[in-house]
Amino acid sequence: MNNFSYQRAATLSDVVGKSTFVAGGTNLLDLMKYNLSNADTLIDVNALTDFHAIEEVPDGLRLGSLATNADTAYDSLVENRYPLLSKAILAGASAQIRNMATNGGNLLQRTRCYYFYDAHAPCNKRVPGSGCSAIKGYNRNMAILGTSDQCIAVYPSDMSVALSALDAVVNVSGLNGERSIAFEDFHRLPGDTPEIDNNLQPGELITSIDLPEKTFTKNYSYLKLRDRSSYAFALISVASALELEGDTIQEARIALGGVAHKPWRVKEAEQYLTGKKTDRQNFAAAADIILQGAVGFEHNAFKIELAKRAIIRNCIMALDPSTQLPGAQPSA
Amino acid sequence: MAQIGQPISRLEGKLKVTGAAKYSGEYNVPDLLYGYVVNSSVTKGKIVTIHTGDAEALTGVVKVFTHLNRPGTAWFDMQYSDMDAPPGAPFRPLHNEEIKFNGQPIALVVAETFEAARQGASMIRVDYQESAFETDLKKHLDAAREPKKGMATMLKPPPPKPTGDFEKAYAEAAFKASAEFTHGTEHHNPMELFTTTTLYDGKGKLTIYDKTQGTINCQLYVGNVFGLHFKNVRVVSPFVGGAFGSGLRPQYQLFLSVMAALDLKRHVRVTLDRSQMFTFGHRPQTVQYTRFGATAGGKITALNHRSVAETSQFEDYTENVANWSPMIYPAGNTLLEQKLVPLDVNSPTDMRAPGGCTGLHAIEATMDELSYKLKIDPLELRLINYSTFNTAENKPYSSKQLKECYLQGAEQFGWSKRSAEPRSMRKGHKLVGYGMATGIWDAMQLPARAEAKITKDGKLHVKSAVTDIGVGTLTVMTQIAADEFGLPMEDVVFSYGDSKLPFAPIQGGSFTTATVGTAIVFASKALKKKLLKIAKSSNPGFKDAEPEELVFKDGLMLYKEHSVTLLELVAANKDKPVRTTNLGYPHALKLRKYSRAVHSASFVEVEVDEELGSVKVTRALTAVAAGRIINPKTARSQVLGGMVWSISKALMEETILDANLGKYMNQNLAEYHIPVHADINELDVLFVKEEDKVINELGIKGVGEVGLVAMPPAIANAIYHATGKRINQFPIHFDKLIDL
Ligand SMILES: Cc1cc2nc3c(=O)[nH]c(=O)nc-3n(C[C@H](O)[C@H](O)[C@H](O)COP(=O)(O)OP(=O)(O)OC[C@H]3O[C@@H](n4cnc5c(N)ncnc54)[C@H](O)[C@@H]3O)c2cc1C
Ligand code: SF4
Repeated sequence: MNNFSYQRAATLSDVVGKSTFVAGGTNLLDLMKYNLSNADTLIDVNALTDFHAIEEVPDGLRLGSLATNADTAYDSLVENRYPLLSKAILAGASAQIRNMATNGGNLLQRTRCYYFYDAHAPCNKRVPGSGCSAIKGYNRNMAILGTSDQCIAVYPSDMSVALSALDAVVNVSGLNGERSIAFEDFHRLPGDTPEIDNNLQPGELITSIDLPEKTFTKNYSYLKLRDRSSYAFALISVASALELEGDTIQEARIALGGVAHKPWRVKEAEQYLTGKKTDRQNFAAAADIILQGAVGFEHNAFKIELAKRAIIRNCIMALDPSTQLPGAQPSA
Repeated sequence: MAQIGQPISRLEGKLKVTGAAKYSGEYNVPDLLYGYVVNSSVTKGKIVTIHTGDAEALTGVVKVFTHLNRPGTAWFDMQYSDMDAPPGAPFRPLHNEEIKFNGQPIALVVAETFEAARQGASMIRVDYQESAFETDLKKHLDAAREPKKGMATMLKPPPPKPTGDFEKAYAEAAFKASAEFTHGTEHHNPMELFTTTTLYDGKGKLTIYDKTQGTINCQLYVGNVFGLHFKNVRVVSPFVGGAFGSGLRPQYQLFLSVMAALDLKRHVRVTLDRSQMFTFGHRPQTVQYTRFGATAGGKITALNHRSVAETSQFEDYTENVANWSPMIYPAGNTLLEQKLVPLDVNSPTDMRAPGGCTGLHAIEATMDELSYKLKIDPLELRLINYSTFNTAENKPYSSKQLKECYLQGAEQFGWSKRSAEPRSMRKGHKLVGYGMATGIWDAMQLPARAEAKITKDGKLHVKSAVTDIGVGTLTVMTQIAADEFGLPMEDVVFSYGDSKLPFAPIQGGSFTTATVGTAIVFASKALKKKLLKIAKSSNPGFKDAEPEELVFKDGLMLYKEHSVTLLELVAANKDKPVRTTNLGYPHALKLRKYSRAVHSASFVEVEVDEELGSVKVTRALTAVAAGRIINPKTARSQVLGGMVWSISKALMEETILDANLGKYMNQNLAEYHIPVHADINELDVLFVKEEDKVINELGIKGVGEVGLVAMPPAIANAIYHATGKRINQFPIHFDKLIDL
């Protein structure tokens, strides 16, 4: 870790166009300690009070980028209107980390690929062109969808899986003013530029995240499969949100985490379910569509079949609101 | 009231939970220097050039030590051998340019602040000449060879010689089970990071605050390596934030801290960070093979257990993986074998029930498999093969209440509710399984010394260099000493964790209570004799008393109708404390005729999601027969801890080794998975009554590792019962349990 100077920004104009921002610091400080980030100036954005609020906007809810993950998950507007988001946030990290982590930082957290974190292993994401140690190395926690021969890393956020399912919009502010980015366009696939995780431009600040009107308060579920019950990243996670009429699906949203370099959503699968009955076969068929093109590696091929089962299970859980009650086990 | 047997809370508990307990990295003095270690990023080869200039130029950096400029230290390997050193040539930090394993310490940056030291370390660049390396045990099983023998072999004897004719008996056995088991590397990962703070007094004396399981072990090491008089080296370690075996050997931060302090003539602290906690000892990778044969009635006739374990290229670390089966099951025909494969890794070190929890997995899963083949209940199969005789040593056990563990454990757990067939119990889409297994661990005792002293305030002071690595040693030693003199806990002061106190061996192997407890009994006996001598000269009533006839109670020494207070006795000694230091030791002659072991039985219920594979240990019970339980509360905590680690071992824990890079990849606690609270459900512990009149004065056997030997296989067996899948590789991750 190198010496750095620290500034606390007071206004948005102190911030845009600069680097490196620190919010909760839960990811950035680790990167600095591992000598993966060598910023010589840290600009603490936490004093920008405009971006702390969680507030109603005309057609939805706006989550300040600097609101913490914990404050967001336990906010009554979020709990009541976007319970899927609450669930997904609370499935992530630990209580201590969620108390520090912010919504903006969560979107920008980097992969947990072991080789990325090891400053000496070849890694195209860390050092473009150096090679990918994961492809022929230990890859149980790597991607099966949207990989490239340059990188097979997973984007690890739980929160983003729900945001993707809910069609959130990311609002950012930069030297060229403000812009809004649809969630599906926010994160990128590795392709030939695995070093770039997302489409935020240098110097841009995430100011807020908008959730549209559609809330899915009744039939939703978040399922996270991992090696221990808490404080572990997803090997596979699924966010399901359904709008039903009787046992007919009016609208379905399904997003996967832990399988790709971004939350994975396949619109054809959701369209396939529209107008269909809520039975297992239909969810299974949708799962097959979602996993089309999946490619496994030495240690993670199981994810292909397991992701399908997780989708089916999670959609079935979404049918029964009691599975989402406090204390209900995620995979009960 | 007798203190032994009382569930007394840890005396130091409050200090710990309020943060008042000081650990080795918390002794702050003015002008302290901080050292940060640079580790090799290659696995094998040579350092060609090490560029230290940038670091040396950094403000705050005082000196960068490498193999090129380190001060001279001892010549001979022997001088680097500590009490737990395996046969071979112990690793010497910064010795020369040679790299023997990934993460090997190659430089120490010493600076005025921790931050400057760390930044300096990040500025050091190294040119290596790399050579080919091998770190994957499974690729080199054919290179397995016999381990070398040495001092460490005394506590860990090689497996007993073959008996009968295994191959013949196995060929003829009516029922057989055989399997291969693989375990990966694990790292101890105690909460407290390894830290040494060396205080340099300017007069050639060092006071060293170290995280260790043996103050005297470290004192001797430092004295030998740096050529110092032992009396000038004091190692202090009153609080240890867990160690699990990692502190049995002096770790390299001790060497580096002392080296820098002596060279710079300053106080120096060296702290390893979490990823550096993956650069020293570890539990070795192993592959095991079992073949057990039985009669149709379930009598085991043939036992074959082979293990192949990894070691480093420079030491032959061994642990007893394959010794245990004939200690539990009497079989006429046995063939046991333990071999090593040297790889380009650091030497393994004893870790949480070393060998036992590896070997028992293979033994007890094979027994389980056999029970299904025989269609005999797994518990019944153990009872059919029950014996209080240890066939491995041809001796009876000094005591063995394992049968009570089986019976009382089964009763309390509700074992009878198990249906015999695998995959026959369910709850919704969860498959439910019951599994059980046997546990065994040596009941060892070593020689140790203790001082006992009565001061003029009537208090009893007892002293030993032993550490308390968080297990309750302070509390139980105070209880033992209190009972020797019939005193309340408040009147007894136990001093420990300091090499200037009477000799105690390293704290490990669950032998501390028996070892130091016995030393306290010996010292107390001697002290009573001294007190009696004083009484005789000052109080005619005691004239004819023999030491054995004395009774100590409530601060009094009583003989028939005569009594004298401890205060009066010290007063009669001209107010000078009455003191003695004595050696306590096992009664070799008496013990020679017996085998000594602690036993346990674990019963486990699991739920496995049929589609998703996720496993939950919903309930578990471990019944333990461990002789006299000095403190049921601290003993229970030990076993509960072992049960949590069992869940860890069976389901979560693994150091991921990338054989292409020859290094460990998940060097942090986010990715090195151990259980979280949400993984721990109902756990219970039962101590069965076991009186042992042979083993030592107090009938103590030791409680610790025995909590971690039976439950991992019980979990694996429960998973088999739930799913019909026999997974012989730990940890059992959920993806191994789904049908693809
Ligand atoms: C041990 C551990 C376990 C975890 N487990 C999980 C898990 O299971 N699931 C999960 O989803 N997450 C998990 N996390 C990740 C955690 O959610 C993220 O670290 C956290 O959300 C990051 O938020 P932060 O505010 O601390 O970001 P910081 O660390 O402050 O910043 C992260 C990055 O975002 C940038 N940044 C921050 N805010 C802004 C902004 N407003 N605009 C532009 N750039 C910004 C920073 O410059 C930096 O590059 C875990 C983290 C740890 C350390
Ligand atoms: S998967 Fe991506 S992040 Fe991981 S080693 Fe390969 S290039 Fe680096």
